Amino acid sequence: MNRPMVEADKLQYSYPDGTAALSGVSFHIAPGESVALVGENGAGKSTLLQHFTGCLFPSGGLLKVAGLLVDRKNLPAVRRAVGMVFQNPDDQLFMPTVFEDVAFGLLNLGVPEAEADAKVLDALKTVGAAHLSGRPPYRLSQGEKRAAAIAGVLAMAPEILVMDEPSSNLDPLSRRRLIALLKTFGHTKIIATHDLDLALELCERTIVIHKGSLTADGPTAEIFRNDALLGKSSLERPPSMRSCQPAAPRAVDPDGTSC
Amino acid sequence: MHMADALISPGVGGLMWAVSGGLIAYSAKKVRKEADHRKVPLMGALGAFIFAAQMINFTIPGTGSSGHLGGGLILSILLGPYAAFLVLASVLAVQALFFADGGLLALGCNIFNLGFFTCFAAYPLIYKTIAGRSLAGKRLLPAAVIAGIAGLQLGALGVVLETVFSGVSDLPFRTFLSLMLPIHLAIGIVEGLVTSAVAGFIIKARPELLAAAAGRAPIGLSVKRTALGLAAAAVISGTALSWFASAKPDGLEWALFRTSGREELENSGKLRGCLASLQNKTAFLPGYSFKRAATAARPAEKAAWPAVDAGTSVAGFVGGVLTLLLAALAGLWLKR
Amino acid sequence: MNELGRNLIDIGYIDTLSAGDSPLHRLDPRAKLLTTFLFISAVVSFNKYEVSALVPFFLYPAFLILAGELPARYLAGKLLAVAPFAVLVGIFNPVLDRQILFQLGPVGVSGGWVSFISILTRFALTVSAALALLSVTGMNGICEALARLGVPRPFVVQLLFLNRYLLALTGEAERMSRARSLRSSARKIMDLRIYEQLLGQLLLRTLDRAERVYRAMLCRGFDGRIRVVRFSKIGSRETAFVLCWAGVFAVFRAMNISLVFGNLVMGAMK
Repeated sequence: MNRPMVEADKLQYSYPDGTAALSGVSFHIAPGESVALVGENGAGKSTLLQHFTGCLFPSGGLLKVAGLLVDRKNLPAVRRAVGMVFQNPDDQLFMPTVFEDVAFGLLNLGVPEAEADAKVLDALKTVGAAHLSGRPPYRLSQGEKRAAAIAGVLAMAPEILVMDEPSSNLDPLSRRRLIALLKTFGHTKIIATHDLDLALELCERTIVIHKGSLTADGPTAEIFRNDALLGKSSLERPPSMRSCQPAAPRAVDPDGTSC
Repeated sequence: MHMADALISPGVGGLMWAVSGGLIAYSAKKVRKEADHRKVPLMGALGAFIFAAQMINFTIPGTGSSGHLGGGLILSILLGPYAAFLVLASVLAVQALFFADGGLLALGCNIFNLGFFTCFAAYPLIYKTIAGRSLAGKRLLPAAVIAGIAGLQLGALGVVLETVFSGVSDLPFRTFLSLMLPIHLAIGIVEGLVTSAVAGFIIKARPELLAAAAGRAPIGLSVKRTALGLAAAAVISGTALSWFASAKPDGLEWALFRTSGREELENSGKLRGCLASLQNKTAFLPGYSFKRAATAARPAEKAAWPAVDAGTSVAGFVGGVLTLLLAALAGLWLKR
Repeated sequence: MNELGRNLIDIGYIDTLSAGDSPLHRLDPRAKLLTTFLFISAVVSFNKYEVSALVPFFLYPAFLILAGELPARYLAGKLLAVAPFAVLVGIFNPVLDRQILFQLGPVGVSGGWVSFISILTRFALTVSAALALLSVTGMNGICEALARLGVPRPFVVQLLFLNRYLLALTGEAERMSRARSLRSSARKIMDLRIYEQLLGQLLLRTLDRAERVYRAMLCRGFDGRIRVVRFSKIGSRETAFVLCWAGVFAVFRAMNISLVFGNLVMGAMK
């Protein structure tokens, strides 16, 4: 493995009121890897995600992204390297139009206007939202909002994409489109999600967080087969992995109880 | 207590636009200087909160009538006076545009009446003085209630002064004031109660947010200097207002449109007749056209009526109706 | 539906209208804002007994409605919805001011009635023009115009953010108050205690949202400045729009078109 893209070493975090949210989490993520971050509500996933973008700083241990130590000094460079897609696109899209919103980050980076224009259009085309460019964000569907939010992050050309529940609130078709879109990205991806099917499709590796500690880290399919491990984290095997065995006799089950 | 376009003269409306515009510019400068970036989305969201909160009505205890939050005081507590003033001004502007609340001309008056007095008078001089820097619950309630009352009383005074100086309504100053102040006493008490309850709620749930706000000096400098500045502002605006009022009731109108000779003629024909007794009975409603009680001399009426020529008026009436009809027809035709 | 729900629909609808694509929509917002301001100034500058000279001014809102392809019926409904206020303000004029101003055949029309009608006319003119302006420009357009006319940046940004989160928070308030009324079917009124709780909850959600938005902004390099980019340009169409209407308003203000017209008709009848 070459230089890791993300390096967490005994990462700890306690909230100001003393609650420990992360108690010594260590892992490495290689460039181009896609990693799912799973765990029960309140396990510490969101706290961890906020460290990647420097919205929170470790209380102990250390975290490096793209070779940079996440601290106050490196903040601009860290935020350049890491693109964060928030759970609720309404929190992320605040400019009057989709175009201006996608341009927001670029202009903050000091990209000249003409160049920014081209990059905005590129990003919108990539997510299939070029036709939404002039629309105000609050008039978009959930799927369109999600696409616009991703475009806003994509335009800044980050090395690492961090996503918080990307499939929440999406209808099945929009979710399917999102998965297809994310599959085309070559970025290093960290996806926090309860949607284990999505994790299975997009991420070859999964990290399980439970009560602030890392309880498993390995190939996604392997982890999702471990019912005991999943149960401990209030998770369950994704529907696509609940195979019906044996298939033939059950298929004609007169009670109709087959799955 | 929104001022309405219908109640004010262009002179007063314009002047108050200038005053409120100046205050907005000043507050914007201050907010920019504070450089608290967190406030940018916070102010926007709080504006939307006040906007939404004003549409939820509650029943005022013991009366059966309903009221809603004004919001200036809670905004000041959460954001400090400058940002609070900007937020309140933005809310009033949006209400004027979307719901025709008060109207565009009266917007300057409304921003001043509802924003200035709470954010720059009641909050720093009364609320901060009583509540101090402590967040303890005991002082919060009296501070908010007294500040709420003061803010709304001053606001009501503003409404009365603007109305009287506008000269559009001839309601006497004292009568109007003696009606407005008690009503706004009740509203002020409720505003204070709601503000302290909501602030108490936030203190419990997000102590860090209010702690940051409470640590701020109210208006940068001392209370004394603030009071002095306030007094100076009052004197200046009072003088300017009375100049407008005395020199020419419709100062701006006169300045802008004196070219049309008809104007003066018709102005001199102002109605002076009025039934004083009736007015006293109905004065609770600040009407557009209430007459000056002192000039209710009937015999004077005929003399005061030279300008209106019946023939002209009938022609105007006929022409007006025809113009309307024509416009409607043109509209229908164009619509097809 | 409660007041919140109705307002929500109204705001949403006007916003939809402003997303239209007529030539009027495409006009630089500054031109429309300036012209409407001139219009309102001209209308309110008349004395309080003027009615007939005001009538021609309906040309401007009518033009905005037609050229902007706005639903006249809907806007008229909105106008009627706020009309009770104007009626309330003016209704005492006929009572207090009984001086007969002119005879219309056998009927004597008093000054109070004339000024009352004048209030209603002014009201209809200013409100319909402001509504039509908003419907062909949109809040974002108005903000753009304000920014370019020199209104301080923090205030313009405040208006933009307010507009952005208006529907979201009003929607949240509506859901909360609907949830409340569903659980208190017998009581229509909301007492102070419940009101305070509801408001406190709403405020907490507001603060949480503001914090999340702030974080999202930081993640994209927010440094305290909002760079509003795309600006349309003042072209010959804009100049022509402002100048033409300014001319029209000046003519309407200087001479009573209705009166001229009426005299002509009356003269012809003789």
